[in-house]
Amino acid sequence: MAKINGAVTVNTERCKGCNLCVVACPSGVLDLKKNEVNNRGYHYAYMANPDKCIGCSSCALVCPDACIEVYRVVEK
Amino acid sequence: MELNDIIRPENRVYKRPSLLNEAHMHYCPGCSHGVVHKLVAEVIEEMGLQEVAIGVSPVGCAVFAYNYIDIDWLEAAHGRAPAMATATKRLMPDKLVFTYQGDGDLSAIGTAETIHAANRGENITIIFINNAIYGMTGGQMAPTTLLGQKTATCPYGRRADLNGYPLAISNLLAQLDGTCYVTRQTVYSPAAVRKTKAALKKAFQNSMDGKGCSVVEVVSTCNTGWKLTPVKANEWLQENMFAKYPLGDLKNE
Repeated sequence: MAKINGAVTVNTERCKGCNLCVVACPSGVLDLKKNEVNNRGYHYAYMANPDKCIGCSSCALVCPDACIEVYRVVEK
Repeated sequence: MELNDIIRPENRVYKRPSLLNEAHMHYCPGCSHGVVHKLVAEVIEEMGLQEVAIGVSPVGCAVFAYNYIDIDWLEAAHGRAPAMATATKRLMPDKLVFTYQGDGDLSAIGTAETIHAANRGENITIIFINNAIYGMTGGQMAPTTLLGQKTATCPYGRRADLNGYPLAISNLLAQLDGTCYVTRQTVYSPAAVRKTKAALKKAFQNSMDGKGCSVVEVVSTCNTGWKLTPVKANEWLQENMFAKYPLGDLKNE
């Protein structure tokens, strides 16, 4: 069976830590950095469980600040 | 697979639309405006209309829309965006002219302009962000505020006997002969975002084809005005807003 590998990059300086991407992710990949903030003082999103990402773009679609880019590779 | 092997330009399936510039949006974290801005930029880019698109920004939170999307913009007086869009489209019929308005702009001070522009069948698109509150001025009651909803100017909840009923203006517009497409969408989930994008595309195509006035209402959140977190605001939206503002096409000709 083909394995789907996904990954996202977050523009951490644009991220406002609204948590919408964390909730939208069906695989529980994303989380907000607990003890780190960006220059504007927001706890930005990051890939807490990168192995689970399937590159479905749900996080990027709901992101109000368009700071998520999505990558996807299907291994045959 | 290693992350470095996945994160390569050839594997990219979703990127930030190039029409959105680098300016930091002033919107609160989790605001629906950001999502709709992104969709407008994406749709214009995909339709190849960036050289002919003219937006009319309102007074309200979206007043700075011209700072974020790299197309031509006009800034209208409060509520007068459809009147300005009418003039623009009539003078330059080959341009894509759209307004981007909130509920305070479109359904309160601009009701007359909105209804008459729609009734005249102007070939413009009206994007209507309905979050049931005045967001920019600090969360006061709007015409679209739901019965029982608490705001700064109705702290015990909106009452029908005192404040009247919430105004579903898209339903009014759908009854006019001048409109060709009236739809109500939302952006709280990935599926809803995709539907809203399709609706915007259809509306812009209608405007370019000269079919009449298209209205895309986006039922949105104002988590700051509603005094909720962005995630809780999305839940509140699903529980309360859709009873008064049900989703779907109200008119599609």
